[in-house]
Amino acid sequence: MNDFSIQVATVNGSGSQTANNVLMRSIFQMGVPVSGKNLFPSNIAGLPTWFTIRANKDGWIGRKKEIDFLVAMNPETAREDVMNLDPGAAVVYDEPLRLDQVRNDLHFYPVPFDKLVVPVCPEARLRKLVRNMIYDGVVAHLLGIDLEEMRKALYKQFGPRKAKAADLNWNAILAGKRYAEENLEKTDPFAIERMEKTAGKIIIDGNAAAALGCIFAGCTVVTWYPITPSSSLIESMIGYLKRLRTDKETGKATYAVLQAEDELAAVGMVIGAAWAGARAMTSTSGPGISLMSEFVGLGYYAEVPAVIFDVQRVGPSTGLPTRTMQGDLLSNAVLSHGDTRHPMLFPSSPAECFQMAMDAFDLAEMFQTPVFVMTDLDLGMNNWMADPFEYPTRPFNRGKVLTAEDLDRIQEFARYRDVDGDGIAYRTLPGTNHPKAAYFTRGSGHNERAQYTEREDDYINNMDRLWRKFETLRKHVPLPEIVENDRAQVGLICCGTSRYAVEESRDQLLREKKLETSYLRLKAYPFTQELEDFIARHDRVYVVDQNRDAQLLALMRLDLPAELLGKLRSVRYYGGLPLDARTVTDEIVFQEGL
Amino acid sequence: MSAAAPPKKLNRIGLDIVPYRGAKTTLCAGCGHNSISERIVEVFFELGIEPWRVAKLSGIGCSSKTPAYFLGQAHGFNSVHGRAPAVSTGALLANRNLIGIVVTGDGDTASIGIGQFVHMLRRNVPLTYVIENNGVYGLTKGQFSATADLGSKQKSGTVNELPPIDCCLMAIELGATLVARSFSGDKRQLSTILKACISHRGLAVVDVISPCVTFNDHEGSTKSYAFVKDHEIALQELDYIPFFAEIELEMADGQVQEITLHDGSRLRLRKLGRDYDPHDKLGAIAALHEANQKQEVLTGILYVEEGKPTLHELLHLVDEPLVSLPLEKLRPGPEALAMVMEELR
Repeated sequence: MNDFSIQVATVNGSGSQTANNVLMRSIFQMGVPVSGKNLFPSNIAGLPTWFTIRANKDGWIGRKKEIDFLVAMNPETAREDVMNLDPGAAVVYDEPLRLDQVRNDLHFYPVPFDKLVVPVCPEARLRKLVRNMIYDGVVAHLLGIDLEEMRKALYKQFGPRKAKAADLNWNAILAGKRYAEENLEKTDPFAIERMEKTAGKIIIDGNAAAALGCIFAGCTVVTWYPITPSSSLIESMIGYLKRLRTDKETGKATYAVLQAEDELAAVGMVIGAAWAGARAMTSTSGPGISLMSEFVGLGYYAEVPAVIFDVQRVGPSTGLPTRTMQGDLLSNAVLSHGDTRHPMLFPSSPAECFQMAMDAFDLAEMFQTPVFVMTDLDLGMNNWMADPFEYPTRPFNRGKVLTAEDLDRIQEFARYRDVDGDGIAYRTLPGTNHPKAAYFTRGSGHNERAQYTEREDDYINNMDRLWRKFETLRKHVPLPEIVENDRAQVGLICCGTSRYAVEESRDQLLREKKLETSYLRLKAYPFTQELEDFIARHDRVYVVDQNRDAQLLALMRLDLPAELLGKLRSVRYYGGLPLDARTVTDEIVFQEGL
Repeated sequence: MSAAAPPKKLNRIGLDIVPYRGAKTTLCAGCGHNSISERIVEVFFELGIEPWRVAKLSGIGCSSKTPAYFLGQAHGFNSVHGRAPAVSTGALLANRNLIGIVVTGDGDTASIGIGQFVHMLRRNVPLTYVIENNGVYGLTKGQFSATADLGSKQKSGTVNELPPIDCCLMAIELGATLVARSFSGDKRQLSTILKACISHRGLAVVDVISPCVTFNDHEGSTKSYAFVKDHEIALQELDYIPFFAEIELEMADGQVQEITLHDGSRLRLRKLGRDYDPHDKLGAIAALHEANQKQEVLTGILYVEEGKPTLHELLHLVDEPLVSLPLEKLRPGPEALAMVMEELR
């Protein structure tokens, strides 16, 4: 009851996304915590795709490794999908596939989709799409989902302008429901029962949440180059910008969105715009980050703000473009040649995508440096049940910018002088009407007056100041979330979307192995004192990474005092799927010798 | 007692030339780029543009060092090799009131940054884009660039066997709205063209043949002072009449074409020898192809297109620079967030 996973296996491009979203939303509307994950190929139509829904009364909404309830619509993968199930799972399948002959330890529900679709959809060319709606009706009946909730979810999905299409699909749902009622006898134990755990919550993907965050952060220049899984961040933003940021008096745009010719140009425009004083951002994924590397080094050295969203996907190279990974942690921290260090924020939920977008603009301008917001495909592209976003109360922090009036008051303006001892120098913006305002920005060696230099002392002084600035940054990044357990000798550390698996794993470790654990979730790099203290308080600390090379752990090895490093152990997963709790639990149990 | 200094010449906004100058050049004596920097100083001074309103940007290379040598009171950005188009596009999107001047070289524009160059052309970004074209890489000591002519000789005697890229042809073809070619040795023509570029609304591209005295000024080079002097064919005799000029010049005869520029300044083109209409895109392209065949360097205003929407207009930007918008215009109110949240429930 209210604790199982559903997997729908279909063919890419068959319109199953709508059916799956309606199914997920119906469960959500019944008050049951739920998540939906789309496992799709890098393809427009024809290749297999799977959608996984997890409903869990305790709120564990990370991916569940085992599938309890399969809807097998894709003839190509059906047999393998069925073979992968644990005994006792349920299977709704397209009758001609005759899957009941494959195994005898499952609950089988054959449905003649092709026959059912004909009367509800007279137009033959639409049948391929409408056919998928039928399984929603069948599943609603088998799982006890309130049909009224499904109707609401469907009409919300289609919106008032597509009411006719919604009617057609509603009839398909009814046909499925009726067929199931009359022909299928329920033998499996899975069911949804109404709860009150989703009241007030919203459903949103991380990319849309990040887009909203950028808009409420006052971003004015957005440049991008399309890349999966980042494109929908900008596309959401374009939609919301039109609605929220069109000037009411003139009808003109208070923002510029420009699709660039490549990621080099996209980040170059961000650097140019931010140099001129705009809040500018771009969004990309690994391959784009690789291209941006030279400009990010310029941003670091010439001290120009930039906000870069990295919706991480599986690399190296093109990798698995539609699978998820925390694969850019190490490279982004030190992106570009020479000595560089870049701050990174690690949102783990839509609400954090929203909040950290705003944090990123403040940090970028306060510290005059590129800031990465490290989301991933799982967070960015999947629909999440989320707390509604809180309206920001803080004004923008635009950092140390001198106006013409300020320049009147001071003796001398030296662009790269550490006036306040925190490593952060003052800047002026182009177009400032004052004879002292101008300075020359360059990626070549410069002294504190921004003049060209190759002198050893000038170079060292500047690099040391940049390090000082990075030290100051530690005091301003979001602090980690810590769950301290006094009985625990073992600590768990992760960042971003790993939290869902890790938090559930702590529960499994306690229930199954009586292993008490403490927990620290990083929200930012550079690391803060809290991390060191947490490691010091525990005997063994597992750092959970969604990559082969234990990149988060490697960053700690780079930055933390040597005496702490002996306590660190690694849990890694790098298969491209969202991390699941069982994988984490099994690895810790193994390493603990339990 | 010293004698009183002679009165300084002031421009129309009451400034002398000092704020228009920059740091001392570190380029080679006789470098064509230095002459171009001098023209830029002179032009901004004569037009009476406040230096602080200008943003000067560049890529990497000898040419890209030059923004340090003019307009010391303007913000400058010596960015990344070949990427000045992106940086300047961003800067001008952020602040549409800035007067953008970009100085690049043939390495920047015709090689490493050619992708950025062509996309800037398509967007008609409103700025002046100067290519200091000498056919070689100076800072890395004399390798051919992509604008080196077929058959041109390196100092070592190596002959260039690849066809050159003509940046003006590309600019005309792909959307620049003022395209000109000049020669760093022709002070008057270059100054006039630069003034026209600054008065133009839209992307103005000027390819200036600017000989490299150290690596490409020898016998056999097609970018040497001597070669360009011998092979230059000026299309027009140019006159620029600024919008603030008090004297009304007499009306021109049939050999003179007058173009009124965006800020009200006028450009007069007196035809020299051949019949050439800079509004005729195909004619301009044909003339350049023909000149390239004959190893002639056609200079002057090659192409003008008025009224084409700039990037700012294409994006329907507010009139006020984006950087000047207050928080109230940038952060939607609580009711807007509440509405979005409600839709997602």
